[in-house]
Amino acid sequence: MTKAPPVPLLLGGKRSDGRRPDEVRPLEMEIGVITNADGSAVVSYGRTRVVAAVYGPKEAHPRHLALPDKAIMRVRYHMAPFSTKDERKNPAPSRREIEISRVLREALEPSVFLEHFPRSLIDVFLEVVQADGSTRAASLTAASLALADAGIPMRDLVIGVSVGLINGTIAVDLNSLEDQYGEGDLPIGIMPNLGHITLFQLDGSWTRDKLVEAVRMAYRAVGEIYGAAREALKKRYFEAVQEVT
Amino acid sequence: MASITPWGKRIVPVLKRDSVRRAVQSGIRTTGRGLLEYREIRSEVGVIETADGSAVVRLGNTQVIAGVKAGLGRPFPDAPNEGVLIVNAEILPHASPYSEIGPPDEFAIELARVVDRGIRHSGYIDMQRLAVDPGSSAYVLWVDIYVVNDDGNLIDAANMASVLALAHTSLPGIRRKETGEPSLDRDNRAVLPTTDRVPIAISIGKIGDKLLVDPDFDEEYSLDGRVSITVANNHVVSAQKTLGYFTQREVERAIDIALDMAPQVLARLRHGSP
Repeated sequence: MTKAPPVPLLLGGKRSDGRRPDEVRPLEMEIGVITNADGSAVVSYGRTRVVAAVYGPKEAHPRHLALPDKAIMRVRYHMAPFSTKDERKNPAPSRREIEISRVLREALEPSVFLEHFPRSLIDVFLEVVQADGSTRAASLTAASLALADAGIPMRDLVIGVSVGLINGTIAVDLNSLEDQYGEGDLPIGIMPNLGHITLFQLDGSWTRDKLVEAVRMAYRAVGEIYGAAREALKKRYFEAVQEVT
Repeated sequence: MASITPWGKRIVPVLKRDSVRRAVQSGIRTTGRGLLEYREIRSEVGVIETADGSAVVRLGNTQVIAGVKAGLGRPFPDAPNEGVLIVNAEILPHASPYSEIGPPDEFAIELARVVDRGIRHSGYIDMQRLAVDPGSSAYVLWVDIYVVNDDGNLIDAANMASVLALAHTSLPGIRRKETGEPSLDRDNRAVLPTTDRVPIAISIGKIGDKLLVDPDFDEEYSLDGRVSITVANNHVVSAQKTLGYFTQREVERAIDIALDMAPQVLARLRHGSP
Protein backbone atom coordinates (compact mmCIF):
# COMPACT_ATOMS: atom_id res chain seq x y z
CA MET A 1 0.00 0.00 0.00
CA THR A 2 2.62 2.49 1.05
CA LYS A 3 4.88 3.34 -1.86
CA ALA A 4 8.42 4.64 -1.70
CA PRO A 5 8.65 8.46 -1.81
CA PRO A 6 11.08 10.16 -4.26
CA VAL A 7 12.99 11.67 -1.30
CA PRO A 8 13.14 10.42 2.33
CA LEU A 9 10.24 11.90 4.31
CA LEU A 10 12.25 11.92 7.52
CA LEU A 11 16.03 11.97 7.81
CA GLY A 12 17.96 12.65 11.02
CA GLY A 13 14.84 14.04 12.72
CA LYS A 14 14.19 16.52 9.89
CA ARG A 15 11.42 16.37 7.30
CA SER A 16 11.99 16.65 3.54
CA ASP A 17 11.47 20.43 3.70
CA GLY A 18 13.78 20.83 6.71
CA ARG A 19 11.04 21.08 9.36
CA ARG A 20 10.94 19.31 12.73
CA PRO A 21 7.99 16.87 13.08
CA ASP A 22 6.08 19.32 15.31
CA GLU A 23 6.81 22.37 13.16
CA VAL A 24 4.14 24.23 11.20
CA ARG A 25 5.09 25.79 7.85
CA PRO A 26 5.44 29.58 7.62
CA LEU A 27 1.97 31.12 8.03
CA GLU A 28 0.62 34.14 6.21
CA MET A 29 -2.82 35.58 6.85
CA GLU A 30 -4.44 38.70 5.55
CA ILE A 31 -7.99 39.87 6.14
CA GLY A 32 -10.25 42.01 3.97
CA VAL A 33 -8.67 41.13 0.63
CA ILE A 34 -11.90 41.17 -1.41
CA THR A 35 -13.62 44.56 -1.18
CA ASN A 36 -16.96 43.35 -2.54
CA ALA A 37 -17.35 40.57 0.03
CA ASP A 38 -18.85 41.10 3.49
CA GLY A 39 -15.80 39.29 4.85
CA SER A 40 -12.70 37.82 3.28
CA ALA A 41 -9.28 36.39 4.05
CA VAL A 42 -6.32 34.78 2.37
CA VAL A 43 -4.43 32.15 4.32
CA SER A 44 -1.17 30.41 3.42
CA TYR A 45 0.27 27.36 5.14
CA GLY A 46 3.63 27.26 3.35
CA ARG A 47 2.84 26.98 -0.36
CA THR A 48 -0.82 26.05 0.22
CA ARG A 49 -2.90 29.17 -0.33
CA VAL A 50 -6.67 29.58 0.10
CA VAL A 51 -8.84 32.61 -0.57
CA ALA A 52 -12.08 32.81 1.45
CA ALA A 53 -15.05 35.12 0.86
CA VAL A 54 -18.21 35.41 2.98
CA TYR A 55 -21.47 36.94 1.82
CA GLY A 56 -24.32 37.35 4.30
CA PRO A 57 -26.28 36.90 6.41
CA LYS A 58 -28.74 37.64 3.63
CA GLU A 59 -32.20 36.52 2.57
CA ALA A 60 -32.20 32.78 1.84
CA HIS A 61 -32.84 31.83 -1.76
CA PRO A 62 -34.45 29.59 -2.87
CA ARG A 63 -36.95 30.32 -0.10
CA HIS A 64 -37.91 26.70 0.57
CA LEU A 65 -34.37 26.04 1.82
CA ALA A 66 -34.71 28.61 4.62
CA LEU A 67 -35.05 27.36 8.19
CA PRO A 68 -37.52 29.04 10.56
CA ASP A 69 -35.23 28.97 13.60
CA LYS A 70 -31.72 29.61 12.26
CA ALA A 71 -29.62 30.67 9.33
CA ILE A 72 -28.53 28.10 6.78
CA MET A 73 -24.94 28.00 5.67
CA ARG A 74 -23.69 27.27 2.18
CA VAL A 75 -20.07 26.24 1.81
CA ARG A 76 -18.21 25.65 -1.40
CA TYR A 77 -14.66 24.29 -1.39
CA HIS A 78 -13.10 24.36 -4.81
CA MET A 79 -9.64 23.92 -6.28
CA ALA A 80 -8.49 26.18 -9.10
CA PRO A 81 -7.53 24.28 -12.29
CA PHE A 82 -3.98 25.65 -11.98
CA SER A 83 -3.60 24.87 -8.26
CA THR A 84 -2.19 21.36 -8.63
CA LYS A 85 1.41 20.38 -9.28
CA ASP A 86 1.02 18.07 -12.25
CA GLU A 87 -1.96 17.87 -14.59
CA ARG A 88 -4.54 20.66 -14.83
CA LYS A 89 -7.39 19.96 -12.43
CA ASN A 90 -10.76 19.71 -14.14
CA PRO A 91 -12.75 22.69 -12.81
CA ALA A 92 -15.99 20.66 -12.56
CA PRO A 93 -16.69 19.84 -8.90
CA SER A 94 -15.29 16.40 -8.06
CA ARG A 95 -16.74 13.96 -5.53
CA ARG A 96 -13.81 14.87 -3.31
CA GLU A 97 -14.68 18.58 -3.43
CA ILE A 98 -18.35 17.89 -2.74
CA GLU A 99 -17.41 15.79 0.30
CA ILE A 100 -14.95 18.41 1.58
CA SER A 101 -17.55 21.17 1.13
CA ARG A 102 -19.84 19.09 3.33
CA VAL A 103 -17.30 18.37 6.10
CA LEU A 104 -16.21 22.02 6.14
CA ARG A 105 -19.81 23.16 6.53
CA GLU A 106 -20.26 20.69 9.37
CA ALA A 107 -17.02 22.03 10.89
CA LEU A 108 -18.00 25.72 10.65
CA GLU A 109 -21.66 25.52 11.73
CA PRO A 110 -20.91 24.77 15.42
CA SER A 111 -18.83 27.98 15.60
CA VAL A 112 -21.47 30.41 14.27
CA PHE A 113 -24.52 31.70 16.17
CA LEU A 114 -26.81 30.62 13.32
CA GLU A 115 -29.86 30.97 15.60
CA HIS A 116 -29.36 34.76 15.56
CA PHE A 117 -30.34 34.92 11.89
CA PRO A 118 -33.49 32.86 11.23
CA ARG A 119 -34.61 32.47 7.60
CA SER A 120 -31.29 33.81 6.30
CA LEU A 121 -28.29 32.43 4.44
CA ILE A 122 -24.57 32.74 5.01
CA ASP A 123 -22.38 31.95 2.01
CA VAL A 124 -18.78 30.81 2.48
CA PHE A 125 -16.67 30.38 -0.65
CA LEU A 126 -13.27 28.74 -0.47
CA GLU A 127 -10.92 28.70 -3.42
CA VAL A 128 -7.65 26.81 -3.23
CA VAL A 129 -5.41 28.78 -5.59
CA GLN A 130 -2.24 26.83 -4.81
CA ALA A 131 -2.21 23.34 -3.28
CA ASP A 132 0.63 21.73 -1.34
CA GLY A 133 -1.22 19.57 1.19
CA SER A 134 -3.52 20.49 4.11
CA THR A 135 -5.86 22.44 1.81
CA ARG A 136 -8.98 21.69 3.86
CA ALA A 137 -7.21 22.70 7.07
CA ALA A 138 -6.09 26.03 5.60
CA SER A 139 -9.61 26.48 4.19
CA LEU A 140 -11.11 26.19 7.67
CA THR A 141 -8.83 28.87 9.11
CA ALA A 142 -9.49 31.15 6.12
CA ALA A 143 -13.26 30.63 6.40
CA SER A 144 -13.23 31.48 10.13
CA LEU A 145 -11.27 34.68 9.53
CA ALA A 146 -13.62 35.70 6.71
CA LEU A 147 -16.67 35.01 8.92
CA ALA A 148 -15.12 37.12 11.68
CA ASP A 149 -14.30 39.84 9.14
CA ALA A 150 -17.96 39.82 8.06
CA GLY A 151 -18.90 40.66 11.66
CA ILE A 152 -20.89 37.45 12.10
CA PRO A 153 -21.17 36.48 15.80
CA MET A 154 -19.09 33.39 16.53
CA ARG A 155 -18.42 31.22 19.55
CA ASP A 156 -14.77 30.82 18.55
CA LEU A 157 -12.59 30.59 15.46
CA VAL A 158 -12.19 27.15 13.93
CA ILE A 159 -8.53 26.51 13.23
CA GLY A 160 -7.52 23.70 10.88
CA VAL A 161 -4.37 21.60 10.88
CA SER A 162 -3.43 18.20 9.54
CA VAL A 163 -1.46 15.66 11.52
CA GLY A 164 0.08 12.62 9.92
CA LEU A 165 2.24 9.57 10.37
CA ILE A 166 5.50 9.61 8.46
CA ASN A 167 7.90 6.72 9.00
CA GLY A 168 6.08 6.02 12.27
CA THR A 169 6.63 9.58 13.53
CA ILE A 170 3.76 11.99 14.12
CA ALA A 171 4.14 15.21 12.14
CA VAL A 172 1.96 18.32 11.86
CA ASP A 173 0.88 20.39 8.85
CA LEU A 174 1.60 17.84 6.12
CA ASN A 175 2.71 18.96 2.68
CA SER A 176 1.49 17.12 -0.40
CA LEU A 177 4.50 14.80 -0.51
CA GLU A 178 3.89 13.69 3.08
CA ASP A 179 0.17 13.41 2.44
CA GLN A 180 0.79 11.17 -0.58
CA TYR A 181 3.47 8.90 0.85
CA GLY A 182 2.85 9.00 4.61
CA GLU A 183 1.14 6.16 6.51
CA GLY A 184 -1.73 8.22 7.82
CA ASP A 185 -3.43 11.58 7.55
CA LEU A 186 -5.65 13.26 10.15
CA PRO A 187 -7.13 16.62 9.13
CA ILE A 188 -8.63 18.21 12.21
CA GLY A 189 -10.44 21.45 13.04
CA ILE A 190 -10.50 22.79 16.59
CA MET A 191 -12.12 25.73 18.35
CA PRO A 192 -9.10 26.59 20.53
CA ASN A 193 -10.84 28.48 23.34
CA LEU A 194 -13.68 25.98 23.74
CA GLY A 195 -11.48 22.96 23.03
CA HIS A 196 -14.11 21.50 20.70
CA ILE A 197 -13.20 19.39 17.66
CA THR A 198 -15.46 20.24 14.71
CA LEU A 199 -13.52 18.66 11.84
CA PHE A 200 -12.22 15.13 12.31
CA GLN A 201 -11.27 12.94 9.40
CA LEU A 202 -8.64 10.26 9.23
CA ASP A 203 -7.19 7.57 7.04
CA GLY A 204 -4.19 5.29 7.13
CA SER A 205 -3.39 2.79 9.85
CA TRP A 206 -3.23 4.03 13.45
CA THR A 207 -2.77 2.31 16.78
CA ARG A 208 -4.80 3.74 19.64
CA ASP A 209 -1.79 5.35 21.31
CA LYS A 210 -0.45 7.01 18.14
CA LEU A 211 -3.89 8.36 17.34
CA VAL A 212 -4.46 9.81 20.81
CA GLU A 213 -0.99 11.36 20.69
CA ALA A 214 -1.70 12.82 17.23
CA VAL A 215 -4.88 14.51 18.52
CA ARG A 216 -2.89 16.01 21.40
CA MET A 217 -0.28 17.28 18.96
CA ALA A 218 -3.03 18.82 16.84
CA TYR A 219 -4.18 20.89 19.84
CA ARG A 220 -0.66 22.24 20.30
CA ALA A 221 -0.26 23.16 16.60
CA VAL A 222 -3.72 24.75 16.55
CA GLY A 223 -2.65 26.98 19.45
CA GLU A 224 0.22 28.29 17.35
CA ILE A 225 -1.91 28.86 14.22
CA TYR A 226 -4.58 30.53 16.36
CA GLY A 227 -1.94 33.02 17.54
CA ALA A 228 -1.23 33.98 13.93
CA ALA A 229 -4.97 34.26 13.19
CA ARG A 230 -5.47 36.61 16.16
CA GLU A 231 -2.57 38.75 15.02
CA ALA A 232 -4.10 39.01 11.53
CA LEU A 233 -7.43 40.15 13.02
CA LYS A 234 -5.67 42.64 15.28
CA LYS A 235 -3.69 44.00 12.37
CA ARG A 236 -6.87 44.51 10.37
CA TYR A 237 -8.96 46.07 13.13
CA PHE A 238 -6.95 47.46 16.06
CA GLU A 239 -4.26 49.06 13.96
CA ALA A 240 -6.90 50.58 11.68
CA VAL A 241 -8.60 52.05 14.76
CA GLN A 242 -5.29 53.42 16.04
CA GLU A 243 -4.63 55.14 12.73
CA VAL A 244 -7.96 56.96 12.94
CA THR A 245 -7.70 58.05 16.58
CA MET B 1 -21.79 22.30 -6.20
CA ALA B 2 -21.82 23.63 -2.71
CA SER B 3 -22.91 22.10 0.55
CA ILE B 4 -26.06 23.64 2.08
CA THR B 5 -27.44 23.19 5.60
CA PRO B 6 -30.08 20.50 5.12
CA TRP B 7 -33.75 21.13 5.83
CA GLY B 8 -36.88 18.97 5.95
CA LYS B 9 -35.73 15.72 7.44
CA ARG B 10 -33.54 17.47 9.99
CA ILE B 11 -36.59 19.03 11.62
CA VAL B 12 -37.56 16.41 14.17
CA PRO B 13 -40.56 17.36 16.29
CA VAL B 14 -39.32 19.04 19.46
CA LEU B 15 -41.20 16.60 21.72
CA LYS B 16 -39.71 13.56 20.01
CA ARG B 17 -36.25 15.09 20.17
CA ASP B 18 -36.66 15.83 23.87
CA SER B 19 -37.81 12.31 24.66
CA VAL B 20 -34.95 10.77 22.68
CA ARG B 21 -32.44 12.99 24.50
CA ARG B 22 -33.93 12.40 27.95
CA ALA B 23 -33.91 8.66 27.41
CA VAL B 24 -30.24 8.70 26.43
CA GLN B 25 -29.37 10.70 29.54
CA SER B 26 -31.04 7.99 31.64
CA GLY B 27 -28.92 5.31 29.92
CA ILE B 28 -31.79 3.44 28.21
CA ARG B 29 -32.87 4.57 24.77
CA THR B 30 -36.50 5.03 23.67
CA THR B 31 -36.25 1.72 21.83
CA GLY B 32 -35.06 -0.05 25.00
CA ARG B 33 -31.48 -0.45 23.79
CA GLY B 34 -28.46 0.25 25.97
CA LEU B 35 -26.06 3.00 24.89
CA LEU B 36 -23.42 0.55 23.61
CA GLU B 37 -25.83 -1.92 22.06
CA TYR B 38 -26.27 -2.44 18.31
CA ARG B 39 -29.60 -3.25 16.74
CA GLU B 40 -30.17 -6.75 15.40
CA ILE B 41 -27.88 -7.47 12.40
CA ARG B 42 -29.29 -9.81 9.75
CA SER B 43 -27.43 -10.52 6.55
CA GLU B 44 -27.61 -12.67 3.47
CA VAL B 45 -25.03 -13.10 0.71
CA GLY B 46 -25.38 -13.93 -2.98
CA VAL B 47 -28.79 -12.29 -3.17
CA ILE B 48 -28.22 -10.90 -6.69
CA GLU B 49 -27.36 -13.61 -9.18
CA THR B 50 -26.29 -11.17 -11.90
CA ALA B 51 -23.61 -9.60 -9.68
CA ASP B 52 -20.13 -11.08 -9.14
CA GLY B 53 -20.69 -10.60 -5.41
CA SER B 54 -23.61 -9.29 -3.39
CA ALA B 55 -25.05 -9.01 0.09
CA VAL B 56 -27.99 -7.49 1.87
CA VAL B 57 -27.64 -6.26 5.43
CA ARG B 58 -30.47 -5.31 7.72
CA LEU B 59 -29.39 -3.29 10.72
CA GLY B 60 -32.66 -3.02 12.60
CA ASN B 61 -34.94 -1.53 9.95
CA THR B 62 -32.09 -0.02 7.92
CA GLN B 63 -31.62 -2.08 4.79
CA VAL B 64 -28.66 -1.86 2.43
CA ILE B 65 -27.74 -3.97 -0.61
CA ALA B 66 -24.20 -4.03 -1.94
CA GLY B 67 -23.37 -5.41 -5.38
CA VAL B 68 -19.88 -6.05 -6.72
CA LYS B 69 -19.11 -6.09 -10.41
CA ALA B 70 -15.64 -6.79 -11.76
CA GLY B 71 -14.37 -5.13 -14.91
CA LEU B 72 -11.10 -4.55 -16.69
CA GLY B 73 -9.45 -1.16 -16.93
CA ARG B 74 -6.21 0.74 -16.70
CA PRO B 75 -4.48 0.82 -13.31
CA PHE B 76 -3.69 4.19 -11.76
CA PRO B 77 -0.29 5.52 -12.93
CA ASP B 78 1.00 5.67 -9.32
CA ALA B 79 -0.06 2.05 -8.69
CA PRO B 80 0.66 0.18 -11.95
CA ASN B 81 0.76 -3.21 -10.21
CA GLU B 82 -2.56 -2.95 -8.41
CA GLY B 83 -6.23 -3.34 -9.16
CA VAL B 84 -8.70 -0.49 -8.89
CA LEU B 85 -11.50 -0.11 -6.33
CA ILE B 86 -14.46 2.18 -7.00
CA VAL B 87 -17.22 2.60 -4.44
CA ASN B 88 -20.47 4.33 -5.29
CA ALA B 89 -23.61 4.81 -3.20
CA GLU B 90 -27.21 5.53 -4.08
CA ILE B 91 -29.81 6.41 -1.49
CA LEU B 92 -32.90 5.18 -3.33
CA PRO B 93 -36.06 7.30 -3.40
CA HIS B 94 -37.60 4.25 -1.70
CA ALA B 95 -35.42 4.78 1.36
CA SER B 96 -37.33 7.50 3.21
CA PRO B 97 -39.89 10.23 2.56
CA TYR B 98 -36.99 12.69 2.46
CA SER B 99 -34.70 11.19 -0.17
CA GLU B 100 -34.92 12.78 -3.59
CA ILE B 101 -34.61 11.41 -7.10
CA GLY B 102 -31.40 12.46 -8.82
CA PRO B 103 -27.66 11.96 -8.91
CA PRO B 104 -25.99 11.14 -5.56
CA ASP B 105 -26.14 14.14 -3.22
CA GLU B 106 -23.49 15.08 -0.64
CA PHE B 107 -24.77 12.48 1.84
CA ALA B 108 -24.54 9.65 -0.69
CA ILE B 109 -21.09 10.83 -1.82
CA GLU B 110 -19.87 11.00 1.77
CA LEU B 111 -21.30 7.54 2.47
CA ALA B 112 -19.49 6.05 -0.54
CA ARG B 113 -16.20 7.77 0.23
CA VAL B 114 -16.20 6.80 3.92
CA VAL B 115 -16.83 3.14 3.03
CA ASP B 116 -14.20 3.37 0.27
CA ARG B 117 -11.53 4.69 2.67
CA GLY B 118 -12.30 1.97 5.21
CA ILE B 119 -11.85 -0.81 2.64
CA ARG B 120 -8.84 0.84 0.99
CA HIS B 121 -6.82 1.70 4.11
CA SER B 122 -7.57 -1.56 5.91
CA GLY B 123 -5.86 -3.49 3.11
CA TYR B 124 -8.79 -5.93 3.14
CA ILE B 125 -8.52 -6.57 -0.59
CA ASP B 126 -5.18 -7.83 -1.84
CA MET B 127 -4.96 -5.24 -4.62
CA GLN B 128 -1.56 -6.47 -5.86
CA ARG B 129 -3.15 -9.73 -6.94
CA LEU B 130 -5.64 -7.80 -9.08
CA ALA B 131 -3.08 -6.59 -11.62
CA VAL B 132 -3.49 -8.25 -15.02
CA ASP B 133 -0.78 -6.66 -17.21
CA PRO B 134 1.25 -4.25 -15.05
CA GLY B 135 0.77 -0.65 -16.15
CA SER B 136 -1.80 -1.39 -18.82
CA SER B 137 -4.53 -3.66 -17.49
CA ALA B 138 -6.02 -4.44 -14.07
CA TYR B 139 -9.23 -5.63 -12.49
CA VAL B 140 -11.60 -2.82 -11.58
CA LEU B 141 -13.84 -3.68 -8.63
CA TRP B 142 -17.06 -1.69 -8.65
CA VAL B 143 -18.87 -1.74 -5.33
CA ASP B 144 -22.35 -0.26 -5.62
CA ILE B 145 -24.16 0.46 -2.37
CA TYR B 146 -27.94 0.67 -2.54
CA VAL B 147 -29.77 2.07 0.47
CA VAL B 148 -33.24 0.56 0.29
CA ASN B 149 -34.57 1.72 3.68
CA ASP B 150 -33.02 4.43 5.84
CA ASP B 151 -33.62 3.97 9.55
CA GLY B 152 -30.31 5.58 10.45
CA ASN B 153 -26.63 4.62 10.62
CA LEU B 154 -26.19 4.09 6.91
CA ILE B 155 -22.39 4.13 7.17
CA ASP B 156 -22.14 1.04 9.39
CA ALA B 157 -24.77 -0.88 7.41
CA ALA B 158 -23.25 0.06 4.03
CA ASN B 159 -19.79 -0.94 5.26
CA MET B 160 -21.09 -4.33 6.44
CA ALA B 161 -22.93 -4.97 3.16
CA SER B 162 -19.86 -4.00 1.09
CA VAL B 163 -17.48 -6.19 3.11
CA LEU B 164 -19.84 -9.18 2.95
CA ALA B 165 -20.37 -8.73 -0.79
CA LEU B 166 -16.60 -8.58 -1.36
CA ALA B 167 -16.00 -11.58 0.89
CA HIS B 168 -18.32 -13.61 -1.32
CA THR B 169 -17.22 -12.21 -4.67
CA SER B 170 -16.13 -14.70 -7.29
CA LEU B 171 -13.70 -13.01 -9.62
CA PRO B 172 -14.10 -13.72 -13.36
CA GLY B 173 -11.01 -15.22 -14.99
CA ILE B 174 -8.93 -13.74 -17.82
CA ARG B 175 -9.17 -14.91 -21.39
CA ARG B 176 -6.62 -13.71 -23.99
CA LYS B 177 -7.22 -12.88 -27.64
CA GLU B 178 -4.59 -13.84 -30.23
CA THR B 179 -3.10 -10.35 -29.85
CA GLY B 180 -2.68 -11.07 -26.13
CA GLU B 181 -5.35 -8.55 -25.19
CA PRO B 182 -7.12 -9.66 -22.01
CA SER B 183 -10.86 -9.89 -21.53
CA LEU B 184 -13.03 -11.24 -18.72
CA ASP B 185 -14.12 -14.86 -18.68
CA ARG B 186 -17.23 -15.09 -16.51
CA ASP B 187 -17.41 -18.87 -16.94
CA ASN B 188 -14.16 -19.43 -15.06
CA ARG B 189 -14.01 -17.86 -11.66
CA ALA B 190 -11.81 -17.69 -8.59
CA VAL B 191 -12.27 -16.36 -5.08
CA LEU B 192 -11.48 -12.64 -4.70
CA PRO B 193 -8.15 -12.38 -2.82
CA THR B 194 -8.87 -10.82 0.57
CA THR B 195 -6.93 -10.60 3.83
CA ASP B 196 -7.88 -10.95 7.51
CA ARG B 197 -7.92 -7.16 7.96
CA VAL B 198 -11.69 -6.80 7.77
CA PRO B 199 -12.82 -3.15 8.08
CA ILE B 200 -15.69 -2.59 10.51
CA ALA B 201 -17.25 0.87 10.79
CA ILE B 202 -18.56 1.90 14.20
CA SER B 203 -20.69 5.05 14.27
CA ILE B 204 -20.87 6.83 17.59
CA GLY B 205 -23.37 9.54 18.48
CA LYS B 206 -23.21 12.10 21.25
CA ILE B 207 -26.09 13.50 23.29
CA GLY B 208 -25.03 15.78 26.12
CA ASP B 209 -22.10 13.99 27.73
CA LYS B 210 -23.29 10.51 26.71
CA LEU B 211 -21.89 8.50 23.79
CA LEU B 212 -23.95 5.82 22.07
CA VAL B 213 -23.41 3.44 19.15
CA ASP B 214 -25.57 2.73 16.11
CA PRO B 215 -27.94 5.74 16.27
CA ASP B 216 -31.26 5.13 14.51
CA PHE B 217 -33.11 7.67 12.35
CA ASP B 218 -34.88 9.50 15.20
CA GLU B 219 -31.72 9.56 17.28
CA GLU B 220 -29.58 10.86 14.41
CA TYR B 221 -31.50 14.09 14.27
CA SER B 222 -31.36 14.56 18.02
CA LEU B 223 -27.58 14.27 18.24
CA ASP B 224 -25.01 16.88 19.27
CA GLY B 225 -22.32 15.04 17.35
CA ARG B 226 -21.60 11.90 15.35
CA VAL B 227 -18.32 10.28 14.32
CA SER B 228 -17.78 7.08 12.34
CA ILE B 229 -14.58 5.18 13.12
CA THR B 230 -13.48 2.22 11.01
CA VAL B 231 -11.33 -0.43 12.67
CA ALA B 232 -9.42 -3.33 11.11
CA ASN B 233 -7.24 -5.72 13.14
CA ASN B 234 -7.19 -3.43 16.17
CA HIS B 235 -6.01 -0.43 14.10
CA VAL B 236 -8.05 2.65 13.27
CA VAL B 237 -7.99 2.87 9.47
CA SER B 238 -10.42 5.70 8.82
CA ALA B 239 -12.69 8.11 10.63
CA GLN B 240 -15.05 10.92 9.84
CA LYS B 241 -16.95 13.34 12.02
CA THR B 242 -20.24 13.75 10.20
CA LEU B 243 -22.17 15.96 12.63
CA GLY B 244 -21.64 18.50 15.44
CA TYR B 245 -18.59 18.61 17.67
CA PHE B 246 -16.62 16.54 20.19
CA THR B 247 -14.23 17.38 23.00
CA GLN B 248 -10.77 15.82 23.10
CA ARG B 249 -11.85 13.41 25.86
CA GLU B 250 -14.96 12.43 23.93
CA VAL B 251 -12.91 11.67 20.81
CA GLU B 252 -10.57 9.48 22.88
CA ARG B 253 -13.56 7.67 24.39
CA ALA B 254 -15.08 7.22 20.93
CA ILE B 255 -11.84 5.65 19.67
CA ASP B 256 -11.86 3.23 22.63
CA ILE B 257 -15.50 2.32 22.04
CA ALA B 258 -14.82 1.66 18.33
CA LEU B 259 -11.76 -0.52 19.05
CA ASP B 260 -13.78 -2.42 21.66
CA MET B 261 -16.97 -2.89 19.60
CA ALA B 262 -15.46 -3.74 16.19
CA PRO B 263 -14.53 -7.36 17.00
CA GLN B 264 -18.00 -7.97 18.46
CA VAL B 265 -19.75 -6.55 15.39
CA LEU B 266 -17.45 -8.57 13.11
CA ALA B 267 -18.29 -11.77 15.01
CA ARG B 268 -22.02 -11.07 14.66
CA LEU B 269 -21.61 -10.31 10.97
CA ARG B 270 -19.72 -13.57 10.40
CA HIS B 271 -22.56 -15.53 11.95
CA GLY B 272 -25.08 -13.69 9.80
CA SER B 273 -27.69 -13.59 12.54
CA PRO B 274 -28.21 -12.05 15.99
